[in-house]
Amino acid sequence: MIALLVRDLRLSMRAGGGFGLGLGFFLILVVLVPLGVGPDPAVLGLIAPGILWVGALLASLLSLDRLFALDHEDGSLDLLATSPIPLEAVVAIKALAHWITTGVPLALAAPVLAILLNLGGPAYGTLVLSLALGTPALSMIGAFGAALTVGLKRGGLLLSLLVLPLYVPSLVFGAQAVTRAAQDLDPATPLLLLAGITAGSIGLLPFAAAFALRINLR
Amino acid sequence: MELRVTDLTCARGGVPLIAGLSFAVQSGEALVLRGPNGSGKTTLLRTLAGLQPALAGAVSCPPEQMAYAAHADGLKSTLTVAENLRFWAAIHGTRGVDAAMAAMNLTDLADRQSQNLSAGQKRRLGLARLLVTGRWLWVLDEPTVSLDTASVALFGAVVRAHLAKGGAAVLATHIDLGLPEARILDLAPYKAALPAIPSGFDEAFL
Amino acid sequence: MASLWEYANPVKFMKLSGWLLPVSALLAAGLIVTGLVWGFFLTPDDYRQGATVKIIFLHVPSALMAINAWVMMLIASLIWLIRRHHVSALAAKAAGPIGATMTLIALITGALWGQPMWGTWWAWDPRLTSFLILFLFYIGYIALWSAIEDADTAADLTAVLCLVGSVFAVLSRYAALFWNQGLHQGASLSVAPGTRMDWSYKAPLYLSMTGFGLLFLALVLAGTRTEIRARRARALISRERAAA
Repeated sequence: MIALLVRDLRLSMRAGGGFGLGLGFFLILVVLVPLGVGPDPAVLGLIAPGILWVGALLASLLSLDRLFALDHEDGSLDLLATSPIPLEAVVAIKALAHWITTGVPLALAAPVLAILLNLGGPAYGTLVLSLALGTPALSMIGAFGAALTVGLKRGGLLLSLLVLPLYVPSLVFGAQAVTRAAQDLDPATPLLLLAGITAGSIGLLPFAAAFALRINLR
Repeated sequence: MELRVTDLTCARGGVPLIAGLSFAVQSGEALVLRGPNGSGKTTLLRTLAGLQPALAGAVSCPPEQMAYAAHADGLKSTLTVAENLRFWAAIHGTRGVDAAMAAMNLTDLADRQSQNLSAGQKRRLGLARLLVTGRWLWVLDEPTVSLDTASVALFGAVVRAHLAKGGAAVLATHIDLGLPEARILDLAPYKAALPAIPSGFDEAFL
Repeated sequence: MASLWEYANPVKFMKLSGWLLPVSALLAAGLIVTGLVWGFFLTPDDYRQGATVKIIFLHVPSALMAINAWVMMLIASLIWLIRRHHVSALAAKAAGPIGATMTLIALITGALWGQPMWGTWWAWDPRLTSFLILFLFYIGYIALWSAIEDADTAADLTAVLCLVGSVFAVLSRYAALFWNQGLHQGASLSVAPGTRMDWSYKAPLYLSMTGFGLLFLALVLAGTRTEIRARRARALISRERAAA
C-alpha cells in the first residue's frame, strides 16, 4: 500500500504539476480578489477567511478529475482492482496522495497569503489548523466525486458540480472558525465540527467511492 | 489447482453474450479462446478476473489467484521499466524484478522511462508484470498485439516456463504462440440467444 | 406490505398508475385551486405583514414537497441498491426534476415573501440558504443521470450519490443554521402551523399542502411511466440492432 502512495507522489512530481499547481492557483486567487473587491483593508480582513477557504476548495478541485481517470485510461485501475489491495484502500491512499500534494501545501502557504488579505492577528493559528483539519475531507469527498465520474470523458465540470455542494459543510465550519478567531472569539466548536466531518468522510466515503469504481469498471 | 467454470453466462451492458459455458483448466495447461470479434472473449476474461459479475454460473477459482492482462498495459509513462515492475511487485508482495526483466529481455532497458519505449517493448513490459504477480492462473486478452515474431516466440517460451512450474493460462489470441499443447476452445457455440421478449415485460427491460 | 412489492413489476406498475395518475391529478388540481383561491382571496390580511404573507399557501407546500421529493428519491435509491427493482430506480430518476422545480418554487416564493420585510430580493436566511443548497444537490443528481449512457450504471451511481448527498444535505442544513446564527434574529421565515396561525389560514394551507402532495404523486407517476416507456423503446432498438 505504501508502494501505491509512493508511486502516486512520484507520478505527480514527474508530471510537472505536482505541488506547485494548487499553490499557484491559490496565489492567483488571492491576488485577484482584492483587484475585484477593492483595496480597503477592513473589507479584505473581513472576507479573508472566506476567500482563503474558497480558494482551498477550488484548488482542491483542480487535480481531482485526474485522480482515477489516468489509471482508468491506462488500465492500471483494472489491475489494482484485481490486486491484493482492497479497492477501498486504493481510494484512501489516492485521497491521501491528493491531500499531500494539495491540502498540505495550502495549509502551510495560507498564513503568508492571509497577510495579503489583512487577516486579523489572532486568526493565523486557527487558519492553519482549520485547513489542516478540513482539507483531508476535501480530498476524500473529491475522491468520491472522481470515482463517480471516472468513466466520463470531459467529466471535470460535472465533477465540480457534484463535489462543491458536498464541500459546503466543511467550508462553513472552516471559514467560521477562522472568522471567530479573528474576532477574538473561541473557534473550538466549528473546529470540532470540521474535524467530525473529516473523520466521518474518511471513515465512510472510501466504501462509497470503491462501490462507484467497481460499477464503472464493469 | 484447477479452474473449473460451470454453466457461465456473461453479459456486457446487461446484454448476455455467452451462455452455458463450462470448461476446466488444470495446472500446467493452457487454454486458447477463439471466436469472432464481439463474441464475448474480452467479457469472458473480465468476468473470470472478477471485474464483471457473471449473470449465472460459477467460477471455482477466486480472482485473487488470477493475473489479468489486457490491451491496456497498466504502465505509467513517466516511470522507468524497473520502477513500474517494482511497484507491481510491491503491490503483490513478491520480491525481485530482475528475473522478470531478464525473461522478457528488458534488463538493458531497466532505467528507461516507459514513454521512451517502443510499442513492442511496452508490451513486453506489460507481460513481465505477469511474472511479478506470482499468481498461478494467467488470464490474457490478446497478449501479443504489437509484438514482432521474435518477441512472440519469447513470450511463448515464458508461458511454457510458467506452465512447467505448475501455472496455467487462459488466453484470447488469434496468433499462433507456438504452444501446440494448448487446447482450443471455440466460443461460437456458446453465443447467448437473445432472451425472448416476454409478452408483458415481466421484470426485464432487455 | 408484501403486496406493495408487486408494483416493482413494470406491467403491474403501469396498470396501477394508469388509473391512479388521472385520479390524483384531478384531485390535486381541485385541492390546489380551492386552497389557493380560498387562501388568496377569502382570508383576512395579516395585521403585520398585510397580504404578502399569503404567499405561504404556495411557499410552505412547495418547500415541504422539495424535502419529500428528496426523501422519496433516497428511499427509491435504497430499494434499487438492495432489491434491484428497475421501477424504483426510474421513479427516483423521475423525482429529481420534480423536486428541483419544487425547490425553485420554494426559493422564489420565499424571496417574494421576504422582499417587503427586508427590502431586498434575496436574503441569506438559513432556511432559504438550505433550500438553495438543496437545489444544487438536485442539479448534481439530475446531471449525473444525464451524463451516463448505460442505464443500470447510471442507476447505481446516482443511487450512491443520493445516499452520500443526503448525509451532506443534512449536514449543510445544520451548517447553514450555524452560519447565520446571531444575525437577523427573528427575521427568518418561520411558519409554525398551530402556534400563531389562525384557523382561517390553517384550513386553506392544509388543503394546499394536500393538493401539492397529490400533485407530486401525479407528477412522479407520469415521469416514471415515461421513463419506463423510454427504457423499453431503447431495449427494443438495441435488440433489433443485435439481431441484425
